[in-house]
Amino acid sequence: MINLETPKKFRMLVEQAHQVAREIFRPNSRRYDLAEHEYPKELDMLGALLDGMNAGGGSEGAGAAGVRRDKLDSDGNRNGSNMSTALGAMELCWGDVGFLLTMPRQGLGNSAIASVASDEQLKRFEGRWAAMAITEPHCGSDSAAIRTTATLDGDHYVLNGDKIFVTSGERADLVVVWATLDRHAGRAAIKSFVVEKGTPGFELVRLEHKLGIRASDTAQFALRDCRVPKENLLGEPTINVEKGFAGVMQTFDNTRPLVAAMGVGLARACLDETRRILGEAGVEVDYDRPALVQSAAVAEMLRMEADYEAARLLTLQAAWMADNRKPNSLQASMAKAKAGRSCVDIALKCVELCGSVGYGESELLEKWARDAKILDIFEGTQQIQLLIVARRLLGKTSSELH
Amino acid sequence: MSLTSNAMGLGLRALNRLAGLPLVDKLGLRRTTERAMYTGARVGFRAAGAVGRSFKATQTLLKPARLAGAPSRSLFDLTPDDDQVMLREAVLSYAQEQLRPAAAAADAATSAPDELLTAAAELGIAQLGIPESLGGAGAQRNAVTNVLIAEAMAQGDLSLAVACLAPSAVSNALVLWGNPEQQATYLPAFAGEHTPGAALAILEPQPLFDPLALRARARAVGGGFVLDGVKSLVPRAASAELFIIAAELEGRGPALFLVESSSAGLSIEAEPAMGLRAASTARVHLQGVQLPATALIADADAQVYRDCLNLGRLGWCALSVGTAQAALDYVIPYVNERTAFGEPISHRQSVAFAVANIGIELEGMRLTTLRAASRAEQGLAFSQQTAVARRLCIEKGVQIGSDAVQLLGGHGFVKEHPVERWYRDLRAAGVVEGVLLV
Repeated sequence: MINLETPKKFRMLVEQAHQVAREIFRPNSRRYDLAEHEYPKELDMLGALLDGMNAGGGSEGAGAAGVRRDKLDSDGNRNGSNMSTALGAMELCWGDVGFLLTMPRQGLGNSAIASVASDEQLKRFEGRWAAMAITEPHCGSDSAAIRTTATLDGDHYVLNGDKIFVTSGERADLVVVWATLDRHAGRAAIKSFVVEKGTPGFELVRLEHKLGIRASDTAQFALRDCRVPKENLLGEPTINVEKGFAGVMQTFDNTRPLVAAMGVGLARACLDETRRILGEAGVEVDYDRPALVQSAAVAEMLRMEADYEAARLLTLQAAWMADNRKPNSLQASMAKAKAGRSCVDIALKCVELCGSVGYGESELLEKWARDAKILDIFEGTQQIQLLIVARRLLGKTSSELH
Repeated sequence: MSLTSNAMGLGLRALNRLAGLPLVDKLGLRRTTERAMYTGARVGFRAAGAVGRSFKATQTLLKPARLAGAPSRSLFDLTPDDDQVMLREAVLSYAQEQLRPAAAAADAATSAPDELLTAAAELGIAQLGIPESLGGAGAQRNAVTNVLIAEAMAQGDLSLAVACLAPSAVSNALVLWGNPEQQATYLPAFAGEHTPGAALAILEPQPLFDPLALRARARAVGGGFVLDGVKSLVPRAASAELFIIAAELEGRGPALFLVESSSAGLSIEAEPAMGLRAASTARVHLQGVQLPATALIADADAQVYRDCLNLGRLGWCALSVGTAQAALDYVIPYVNERTAFGEPISHRQSVAFAVANIGIELEGMRLTTLRAASRAEQGLAFSQQTAVARRLCIEKGVQIGSDAVQLLGGHGFVKEHPVERWYRDLRAAGVVEGVLLV
């Protein structure tokens, strides 16, 4: 039976996440936006709380972990951990995107491990905070072009290269590093390796100063003859041209709806706040009356709410499909594309509608407008998502349409 | 026929004379004169409403027959149930096999062929919305099913879908809000074999039309009502036997009235437009139309009127979704087959991204529409969700229509391809209120 309301069984989780966002994230937002690179220690306690929630069952997680696809326990419809994770992320990012990104043990590396690690690795890396290192100075979206090399030497791989834009790179215990076993073998040779902090030859070069999400640290690393135990390779060690990139890219199918959810949460924060501020100025939306006979501000609000709702439902659709083991690559990219561009558009428009109140640092709207932009860039830019969607719809390969 | 050709003949003679007069330019009359000439030639004359059957109550109901509310649901679910899948497939094949091939000719003729309308009636869609106690086949409230049906039908052709679905807006309204007497008088006809032509008329010919501030007026006179006003873009009005007409009831606010087409003072004037042509749109003029007290629906309840508006808007959303889907399905093979500079044009990002964006926005339109409809049938508030879906469908629907023509280039602009018709029809969703009711 078609129903697009938030499932009843997750309403408690949503409420809890909302309280965390309201009581812990929001009151600290401005402080760590101003004090970039300072560790938000308020999050430590919260990390422990989330660990507890995650341990309490796969379907109750609120953060960025647990995107491994659960087994269907019945033939029927399932609302599982992909949906609860998306709903949790929406609420937490209604509070602060930067804090969600720097939640202890909720890094993208954790998602990668949860998605593709063996049972032995899962156990060995349990409880550790894992960041993800893909991007290099000369390549971003074209992740098949990475130059960091991994060479097998006895029981170790020797890693050499440079990695930038590593979210939580300084704070995490582990970094999942993408490297190629053979630079001439293309995508199939790219593997991911779990590198422990403190491994000789693995060096933090610097932290970036950013437009937004300043509570989250973004690190650059140098790998110089860095020796990693060979059992730290995630997935198959062989170069399998048939399977190609699938192993490492699988993570993205699972994390795209999550990043879309972040954009949805941020967009709602902007809309809620703008509705409040405009309400004080005497502007109310009458949903039954045509926008054209109301004020221009109302018409803008309606347009933004429409984009917000489309992004939100696309995100829930992608998560729902993952929960029900339906292939969702197309829908995941649709959600990421729509949420990424909509949250930027909405955040910037809300600042405009609220005037200097929106632009000034006394409110958080200007911060959200700065935070929003990264959501249309990382985990696949707008343009990459459009390419993926277009290829799927048109039935084109990446060599035909690029 | 002779009347129109005479009118046109007179008009041409007059035009010929007027056109040469310097006085016309001096007085600044040329534009108005030209427009008056055009309208006169195009629209022709007003006719009385269709003389239909006489509606009489054939049974006595003690209480109104309503469909049961759909059960509330606890899980998020995008899977239609088995009945919905079956119905959608039936309607989709009807749309693709019968509506699509007939669409261009119906557009040119500004009318839908009778055999198509009969075939549509045989699908039994109207009966699904009528309770079993009144001879229908409906058991529970089914706004989502109605959305799926409208969407599937519009994949064949939007205008023909409007022509087919318009009568069920009237029967749906009677099921939702009619009193026992109104139901017993009118609904059995809709459940029968020869369903009457009927239309739900809310729109008026005003810029910035606001359905909550109607110009049509109803005055309470001697135990009944007297109706005055003009309704715009009413589908198949000339052959309708029954209307539901929205008018401002003095002192009470906007309300819905049952008006039989044979009423004195009611006249129909063809109103062909940019699109919706197969639905034979017309203006309905009401001059001192006298109605019995029983004509008023739901005692002018304000919430009923707003629900009626919103259920109509969801119908237009569903039509937009179906038409946009048709456009997407049409442009994909075209851009893959069309070559330029030695390769398919779909290998260019500017083309490929336009297709991707159609896909993305279409999916958003579909999901927002389904959510509002699902809330409506579960008895939850759905006004905000409808406004959001409508906004999206109006804006993105028109963009998709425009992009579809653009992707075909000059070929999109000529009538050899259906995209120019979708371009015209998709604009209607932002203009029309009422007409449908899911």
